[in-house]
Amino acid sequence: MAQRIEEERSGRKQAPVIEPGHTFGSVTDQISSIVLNRPTSTGWFIGFGFFFMLTMMLLYALAYLFLKGTGIWGVNIPVGWGFAIVNFVWWIGIGHAGTLISAILLLLRQSWRNSINRFAEAMTLFAVASAGIFPLIHTGRPWLAYWLFPYPNTMRVWPQFRSPLVWDVFAVSTYFTISLLFWFIGLIPDLATLRDRSENPFAKIIYGILAMGWRGSARHWHRYETSYLLLAGLATPLVLSVHTVVSFDFAVSIVPGWHTTIFPPYFVAGAIYSGFAMVLMLAIPIRKIYNLEDFITERHLENSAKVMLATGLIVAYGYVMEAFLGWYGGSKYDAFLLWNRLHGPYAFFYIMLWVCNIIVPQVLWIRKLRTTPAALFLISGVVLVGMWLERFIIVVVSLQRDFLNSSFGMYYPTRWDWMTYIGTIGMFLAAMFLFVRILPMISIFEMRTLLPEAEVKE
Amino acid sequence: MAEEAKPRRAEDVCPSKKSALDLTTVEAALAQTKGPECWRSLEELSGTPEFQEMMHREFPKGASEWLDGVSRRGFLRLMGASMALAGMTGCTKLPLENIVPYVKQPEEFIPGRPLFYATAMTLSGYASPLLVESHLGRPTKIEGNPEHPVSQGATDIFAQASLLELYDPDRSQTTTYRGDARSWNSFLQATRGMLSVQKGLQGAGLRVLTQTISSPSLNDQMRSLLKLYPQAKWHVYEPVNRDSVNAGAQIAFGQAVETRYNLDKADVILSLDADFLYAGFPGFTRYVRDFSKRRNPDGAINRLYAVESTPTSTGLKADHRLPLRASEVEEFARTLAAEIGGGGGGASAAAANAKFVAAVAADLKAHRSASVVIPGDHQPPAVHALAHAMNQVLGNVGHTVEYTEAVDANPISHGDSIRDLAADMRAGKVDLLVILGGNPAYDAPADLGFADLLMKSGVALRVHLGLYQNETAELCHWHINEAHYLESWGDGRAYDGTVSIAQPMIEPLYDGKTAVELVAILNGQSGTRTHEIVQAYWQKEHPGADFDAFWRRALHDGWIAGTTFAPKAMALKAGGIPAASALGPAGIEINFRRDPSVHDGRFSNNGWLQELPNPLTKITWDNPVMISPAMADRMKLKGEDMVELAVNGAKAVAPVWVQAGHPDNSVTVFLGYGRRRAGRVGTGAGFDMYPLRTAAAPSFAAGVQMRATGETYKLASTQGYQTMETPVGSRPLVRVADLEEYRKDPKFAQEDEPPKDLTLYTPYDYASQTYAWGMTIDLNSCVGCNSCMVACQSENNIAVVGKEQVVKGRHMHWLRIDTYYQGDRANPAAHFQPVPCMHCENAPCEVVCPVGATVHSTEGLNDMVYNRCVGTRYCSNNCPYKVRRFNFLLYQDWETPQYKMMRNPDVTIRSRGVMEKCSYCVQRINENRIDAERADTTIPDGKLQTACQQVCPADAIVFGNINDPNSRVSKLKAQARNYSLLGDLNTRPRTTYLAEVRNPNPELSA
Repeated sequence: MAQRIEEERSGRKQAPVIEPGHTFGSVTDQISSIVLNRPTSTGWFIGFGFFFMLTMMLLYALAYLFLKGTGIWGVNIPVGWGFAIVNFVWWIGIGHAGTLISAILLLLRQSWRNSINRFAEAMTLFAVASAGIFPLIHTGRPWLAYWLFPYPNTMRVWPQFRSPLVWDVFAVSTYFTISLLFWFIGLIPDLATLRDRSENPFAKIIYGILAMGWRGSARHWHRYETSYLLLAGLATPLVLSVHTVVSFDFAVSIVPGWHTTIFPPYFVAGAIYSGFAMVLMLAIPIRKIYNLEDFITERHLENSAKVMLATGLIVAYGYVMEAFLGWYGGSKYDAFLLWNRLHGPYAFFYIMLWVCNIIVPQVLWIRKLRTTPAALFLISGVVLVGMWLERFIIVVVSLQRDFLNSSFGMYYPTRWDWMTYIGTIGMFLAAMFLFVRILPMISIFEMRTLLPEAEVKE
Repeated sequence: MAEEAKPRRAEDVCPSKKSALDLTTVEAALAQTKGPECWRSLEELSGTPEFQEMMHREFPKGASEWLDGVSRRGFLRLMGASMALAGMTGCTKLPLENIVPYVKQPEEFIPGRPLFYATAMTLSGYASPLLVESHLGRPTKIEGNPEHPVSQGATDIFAQASLLELYDPDRSQTTTYRGDARSWNSFLQATRGMLSVQKGLQGAGLRVLTQTISSPSLNDQMRSLLKLYPQAKWHVYEPVNRDSVNAGAQIAFGQAVETRYNLDKADVILSLDADFLYAGFPGFTRYVRDFSKRRNPDGAINRLYAVESTPTSTGLKADHRLPLRASEVEEFARTLAAEIGGGGGGASAAAANAKFVAAVAADLKAHRSASVVIPGDHQPPAVHALAHAMNQVLGNVGHTVEYTEAVDANPISHGDSIRDLAADMRAGKVDLLVILGGNPAYDAPADLGFADLLMKSGVALRVHLGLYQNETAELCHWHINEAHYLESWGDGRAYDGTVSIAQPMIEPLYDGKTAVELVAILNGQSGTRTHEIVQAYWQKEHPGADFDAFWRRALHDGWIAGTTFAPKAMALKAGGIPAASALGPAGIEINFRRDPSVHDGRFSNNGWLQELPNPLTKITWDNPVMISPAMADRMKLKGEDMVELAVNGAKAVAPVWVQAGHPDNSVTVFLGYGRRRAGRVGTGAGFDMYPLRTAAAPSFAAGVQMRATGETYKLASTQGYQTMETPVGSRPLVRVADLEEYRKDPKFAQEDEPPKDLTLYTPYDYASQTYAWGMTIDLNSCVGCNSCMVACQSENNIAVVGKEQVVKGRHMHWLRIDTYYQGDRANPAAHFQPVPCMHCENAPCEVVCPVGATVHSTEGLNDMVYNRCVGTRYCSNNCPYKVRRFNFLLYQDWETPQYKMMRNPDVTIRSRGVMEKCSYCVQRINENRIDAERADTTIPDGKLQTACQQVCPADAIVFGNINDPNSRVSKLKAQARNYSLLGDLNTRPRTTYLAEVRNPNPELSA
């Protein structure tokens, strides 16, 4: 309905969210067969094997880190935070798109989300898991990091609740829990479908256990809908709050470049921006490889591109305001920060940040590019790099030269920094490979609601 | 610095009889069984006596076999066995130790409370009176002797760092013959024959090479040696010596004298290339104290002019500074002397300096008998003679300048002495060479080829006494491990002649010998101990019946009353000043300077000093070549570019450092680096510059060829930017005004700070507490001598991290000195700003710590709870002063036993992953609080001193209770010059600064 009105208003035809000609049966067949019938390709093994090796590299890097200490990284005084925090913020931002798609768009009844929400949620989960590694390992004594949790103890010592790092602990752990529940509950009807259709007895048992006795009765559906909606309601504020709290890590401090009130909205927008970029980077090859163009249509690509364009502009506003206030604010420290970003040793990265996050994505105004998968894939890659640079600029360049000229320093990442970062990318993608292989990457039952047959006739 | 523990064989640990049972046999026995049987048979086995014996050994015999070829089954079996046996053995058997309390406790000996003993450290003949803190017989901290007029409680970096030298595990630990360990007796036997031959020859083949000696007892020994062997010769050599000073005195007075300056009486001071405000200058602590006393802008502030060939902290502290090449200083002195009527003439300083000369001359003349001209040690004798003449003409002698007998017991020319020795060696006249300390193979003038002579000239017996197995020890037959001054008896004279007795703080760690003892052997008194010799000497000097009381008094006080040299009236010899020597102005000139940290190389293996930043460049672990900015531009060089220097055919390679204020067309190289055999710390650090230095030109030389090699070399600097300027304006970090500006607006340094209640949290009522600790640092007094940094390192067990970590920005100094340059790069002013923790009342670090590991005390201390710290480093990020230091790796050495003895037992050793920072010496606060509470009173002002305050020769650091309006710190904080660093951030720092006030000559500043 909404689509029709939109099309009438704009006077042009939008791509459908599901290609015509599908029936309940064909949707179920096509999605479930990817998991159940399709032979595991050599390409999958190569891809999974490669990313699994990167995961092992991550473990190697972490083992050495625990053995020697954070000194194997490039962090120092004054730059006490380096890649670990940059990667943490980057990953957790990426996770946000999944929650936005599954929760907020559900509440807004954006039915086009049905084809991408499942793997976007999976992406969220894996991204948050990748992110969650960093706060733990970046501490000097990771074996004591549990002291950040308010657990009852004989010492009667509690965390220091004024510290944003403690807020982080709550924000991230809540986020991970809700995301996991949301994803799992959404999976239950489809797990039951797989249970019913799989011929391998082992798979049948596993899917059977995971389906938690789903029989598809009306009562089941009723409870499912209620809990799903409730969880969506819980997850919705998290989309806004988690990255707000993450931004407090910076905003609450007094470091020039961190101490700014614009951070919460700018961080949330940036998170969704990078999240959609990651969704596109995953969706485009997946729909190609698994022939899912019918389900993930140009409409999805275009809508995601539009979200990126919108959030990208919010981010651009943030950058402009930061620069403007650096000049207008009258603080000599902020003015120097701006100078240092533009002319300091990391100026190249600041310029690249503008290019990647602001300039390049403007081509998304062109409709043709919004519907060209290859172009979108490239632009999304650029945005992901840009968003990583943004966190690098915020974390490193602000710390590098703050108040006392005598304490100006430099930060050079070491090979261990890179191994840890690339390792988490490997872990994330290895998990995605496993996910597309063993779980339905598109929600079968929700896709079926998009079919014309599903429309209830009065 | 982690010491690689020597691999120890199991037999070493457990030299017990051969056991009948070892792991292999246990394994074999177990291999016969399987399943549950295994456990049963283990039980049976464990009952046997062989098994018991095996379990009592620390390392099973088969331990080494574990490394290879254990099958999975075998491994699991062993694992099972070890699990089962864990309860049977519990722990290993350690040697029996009796822990019993003293039945009769030694007087004043309370475990946990330190004792303080007076002693003295001698550097190049000049003794620094010390008070050494000793915990249960282990010296742990060195302080200046507060009652001694030379020290007044202050010390220099070398004295502070000598503690690390005492415990240095790389120190020579045994007598060696050609590198192999030998007993002391075998040395005695080996020399006996040679000595009797020499006795027959009246010592014609005996040469003794010493360093500068002021010790009366050692001097006495040496004199009797020369009596015993009339043909023997006593040579003296140190690379950084006072030849010019002595030669200058010879010219002026015809004899060696000690020149003593009373800077507290001087209104105008002119330094002719003298670095008298840095450690190593005789009388340093006293001079800095007197100088700083006169830097109070509310009193009669002095004025310092400096003419220098190398920028030094002294010169940069000066109100007016004139950079001149070393050869031009003499010309300047002549012109100035002519101007004020002190002889000289024959030259006229370049017209560019005419204004400077005129202004200085006028100022000096206007302050007759209240001015002083101080010549630098490396300036030629003529400059010294001119300075003597000028001081005479200005009527300073008897007021600001006093002459006394020389402190050096044998004030001969070191350059001539080593040259004579080399000539004798070459001529084959030397049969027995005894080198008492020093390292001539490394630091003798290059053209003498001393190392080669040692090897090849056929000296039949070469004996070296030294703290380290250094380059010279390598080339000597015998090396005797020397006792450290903290381990031995001795005596020495301070710059004013006062004798201090050095008493041992600890039994020699490696049974080291002293020079006194070795000379006694040459004198045929083997078996006499140093203590007896020193005491016997003083008994001879003080024969009365009250010797015992005299001796005890001397040891207790740290000096012998009445030994201070009385001022002597000296008459200037007329017309003694030699004619101007012409050093061609063409070409590049090279200056040879002692390194501000490792001196002439003797402290190379001292990590505290290696990591101590150069006061000007802030570079650690290296000795780059200093060049002027203009020269760098001309030669297209920048910092860290490698250059090759060539003088008279000798070559050396080193990186360049562009030093603001360095005179153009001149380079400065620092000695003491590039050691081949210094120890694990010093070997290989920096670049050896001695090859460029000849006997003819030990201070500076002309005609240097310099070319870039095209390579670069990473230098480890501890300071990011050395200016307060930024492209968007200057930051008011060090606030400075001229005297006139200050008089007009005394509150120039103060700015509006945010109101006290501008915080989200309820402000704590510190005023209601008994104590509120605070500190002021007077930037006007501070001369940037670095003493506080080493004192802090020693007091607070601060780790040395090494060059690689310093490059990464991870040095651990709790207290640093920021040096900021201001003005023209060719001749800038510099400001020194010591930065400890500010102990902010609104501490930004505290609110961001997630675990509450950094918290505020009721007395206003920002405390670190190391145990609680998980190491997020957020506190450091949020600290605007960047005073927090993080243990990125395991920096502390937890293994080396010597270091365990050295550490302050009152301060925690930090492990890796933990943040640390200045604590205002909280251990001292608590110790004093306990004392005060026991006496039911409060800590009196001045009794409690932080380590940095205690060591500061300038008295720039004052710590105390700001709740007491009468405390010194409260009064200083009430001064108009008081300001908070970054006070606009509303951090409310407890450490505040007193702004700098300079006193320029209006004629020159116009």
